[in-house]
Order: sequence, then C-alpha cells, then structure tokens
Amino acid sequence: MSDLSGYRFTKTHEWVRTGDGSEAVVGISDHAQAQLGDVIFLELPAVGAHLEAGARFGAIESVKAASDLYSPISGEVLEVNQAATTAPELVNQDPQGEGWLLRVRLEGEVPGGLMDSAAYDSFAASDEH
Amino acid sequence: MEREVALGERHRQMGARMVPFAGYQMPLQYTSIREEHTAVRQRAGLFDVTHMGEVSVRGRRAEEYLQHLVTNDIAKLAPGQALYTVMCRPDGGIVDDLLVYRDADDFMCVINAARHDADLEWMGAQLPPSEVVLEDVSAGTCLLALQGPAALRILEPLAKDGPVGEIPYYHHRPGNVLGAQVRISRTGYTGEDGFELYCDPADVERLWEGLLEHGRAEGVLPAGLGARDTLRLEAGFRLYGQDIDLDHDPISAGLGWVVKLDKGEFEGSAALRRIKADPQLSFVGVRLGPREIPRPHQSIVVAGEPVGEVTSGSYGFTVAAGIAMGYVRAGAAPRGAEVEVALRAQPAQMGSGTVVPLPFYRRQA
Repeated sequence: MSDLSGYRFTKTHEWVRTGDGSEAVVGISDHAQAQLGDVIFLELPAVGAHLEAGARFGAIESVKAASDLYSPISGEVLEVNQAATTAPELVNQDPQGEGWLLRVRLEGEVPGGLMDSAAYDSFAASDEH
Repeated sequence: MEREVALGERHRQMGARMVPFAGYQMPLQYTSIREEHTAVRQRAGLFDVTHMGEVSVRGRRAEEYLQHLVTNDIAKLAPGQALYTVMCRPDGGIVDDLLVYRDADDFMCVINAARHDADLEWMGAQLPPSEVVLEDVSAGTCLLALQGPAALRILEPLAKDGPVGEIPYYHHRPGNVLGAQVRISRTGYTGEDGFELYCDPADVERLWEGLLEHGRAEGVLPAGLGARDTLRLEAGFRLYGQDIDLDHDPISAGLGWVVKLDKGEFEGSAALRRIKADPQLSFVGVRLGPREIPRPHQSIVVAGEPVGEVTSGSYGFTVAAGIAMGYVRAGAAPRGAEVEVALRAQPAQMGSGTVVPLPFYRRQA
C-alpha cells in the first residue's frame, strides 16, 4: 500500500492530498471505485472553475450507477486529469494515484472534519453491506 | 443465506467479487466488467452459471404436456435441438423464459434461478395425472458457458466424440470433454458463438480449470455476471425480473416470435391472441450517446410526454454508447423516433436517443 499520510477523506468518499504549497489534488477513494465498479465517464469542472468545500463539483458514472462528486476543499481548478477523462478505467486501476481527478489551488485550510486514512478505512468498512 | 456453487471457493481464490444473486453467491467480476466483456467479444470468456435451474421432463405424454405449457412449438423440436420459449399464465403474464432441450423422448428445461420455486410450482400444477414425470435436477447439474469467437478453437481439441464445430447453433449432444461426460450445447447469452456445458458437480472444477488452461493461448478470461449482463443487453436478450415478468406478456415484450398461436390451445393462448390483435405496449431499443447511460425505471419521453419506461439500461462497451430496452405505449416510439430518457432528476438531465432495432450488437457471420 502506498503512503497515504498526506491524504484526507470525506464521508462521500473523495480524497484530497496536499503538499507543501497551496496546491491540492482531489480524487475518489479505492473503496468508492470498488463500490462503483467500471467507471464509464467523468463529468468534471473546467480549469478555472471554483470549488466549494462540501459542494457538488461533478459526477462519476459507472456501469452500475451515477454518483455525484463533492469537493473536500475550496479552491480553483488548475488542471483536470486528461488521462483519467480519456481512459476512465484509470480511476478503477489507481484511484488514489494516477487516477486523480483535479489539481486545485487551495483557498483557506483543508477542513478539519476530514478523516485520515485509518479513520476512513474503518468508516468505509462500516459502509460495506 | 445464499447457497454456494461448487466452484465458489475457486472463484474467491481467483479474486472474484462475489454477490448474492437469485439465492446464490455468484461471481460479479474477476478483474473488470469492461475487460471481461471485451474478452468475450474479441476472444473468449468462461462463465460459471450453475445457478440456472434444470428440470427433466419425461414420460409418454411429455411432448403433449410441454406443448400446452410453453408458447413455442415443441412438436417442431427434433432430438438434438434446443428451443427458446416462455411459459405464460392464462392472462398471458410470463412465468419464466426458458430453454427446452430435446433428447430422444425426454426433455430438459433450463429455467432462471430466481424463478426456480415458482416455476416448479407452476409446472407441477399443469401436470396431467399420469405419464409425465417432472424431476428437478438443478442440484446435480453445473453449467459452464464458454463464449466468444475463440470458443470453438478452445473446445474442439478437448472434446472427444466428434467435432463440436459440427453442432449447429441451438443444437446439442452428449459428449466427453476433458474426460467429463457433459451435454454440449451451442447456445449462450452473449451474442457470440459459444457453447454451454452441462455437467456433474464432481467434474465442474476439472472442466473450469481445463478450459481456462487450454484457452490461455487464445486469451480466455473468467467472466462474471457483470459482463454477462452488459453482453446480453447489447445482444438484445431479455432478462427475467427486469424486462419480462408476470405483469408483461411475450407479445408486448417483442417475443412474438416464440408465440405460436397456430399450434393449438396452450396456457395463455386465448389472452395472447387478444393482445396480438390489439397490442397496448411495444418493446423498444434506445441508443443514446456515449456519456448518457440509461438505468431501469427511467422515463422514456417523446415530445415532452412520458410514453414508457426503461427496463434494462447500461453502457454497451462494444457499441460504445448508452443503451436501453423498455416498454412504450404502442405506436408512441416507432423505429427511428427521437426520444429522451430522464437520466436523473436532480440536477435534471435528459439523454437524447434514437429508437433502434434490437439487437444493438450483432456479430459478424
């Protein structure tokens, strides 16, 4: 398993990874991709769009269902992962790595209510049915 | 608690994601639906569909009994042939869809797992007092489906009693595959060439392993129910419980070709004759864009007015489009008509589609 120490997760199964600067990367969790099954396409905002923490920013459509995506953070979209939009199976194969969705310029702090990877794992486990 | 198929542990070892389906724990997918779907279209896939039910029908009046039970013409079914049909209630509602195999004088019906108990009850209630024996042989029968353009090349060298390539579509015969005694049937639920092998549970692991091993050079993959569903939808095959049920009759479901009203009276024939004369519903295929994925129960809309509902909808990996089947008011959405499908309510989103003939996908001959 890769190092997930820089990742914070939402209850709606997105993650945000921050580095040293004000940039953040957003994606969906491995648990989410497993539940969704084969991703068919991603509906993502354009570069320059503004994200609001907790607000819907797009949708992910799998062979099984369509699900809304909710932003873990507030900020401005700097880049959309073209590799993932052209080959959505990347989100299934490596959701917490190469299958990221957006690169974002963070506004303010990462919300304190997000879970670290250990807390998210137990949250996701209780979500299984 | 769901029942376990003979290969259940093997599926788990192979990394299958198991899901409850019709009372069984069945493999949904091993790697991904896309990969398994594509393997079947381009090479081959091997499915464990042991959950399907098998009922042996024997006795001097077996043909007469089946002729009255099902809508298709059993009298035209020769030994060695298989027939797709439905059986109906007196009001025309579909009890189940099934395959009927004829051996010399005996028959075997292959029924849906989810309908197993209801079918046996219905079939039992139609029995004449003597000279027909119904026997549920489901527990002693496993079923593997090898499907795809490479299926014949994989199976041929493994089968003893003569070339399986000489078994025509919708025919079957007993045979020996990898030392196991099986019924080899040239049928399937994917729209590809392929074979279904009915076998004893004691032989199923040997067949499963052997077919995967000998098929490796041809690129065979184990395939789960997820791919089976997207493949059958592209091929336009109805799924009981979604596309057809007790509330729908075979004429409305576009299965008029399995209803032989000229063969004499049978269960449902009077109602089906009335429905055929004055149909209220038609069954249509709708093709949408690659980013418009329809789902069951969504409305089919023509010129702003809801005219029907999707019964099966998904993404077709081979046709690279959202595809749906469903019922519409008779005449409301003829072939070529532009329709909309209500993909979601919040935020409201309509997909634009065209009514197309089924199937969505047809293999090159």
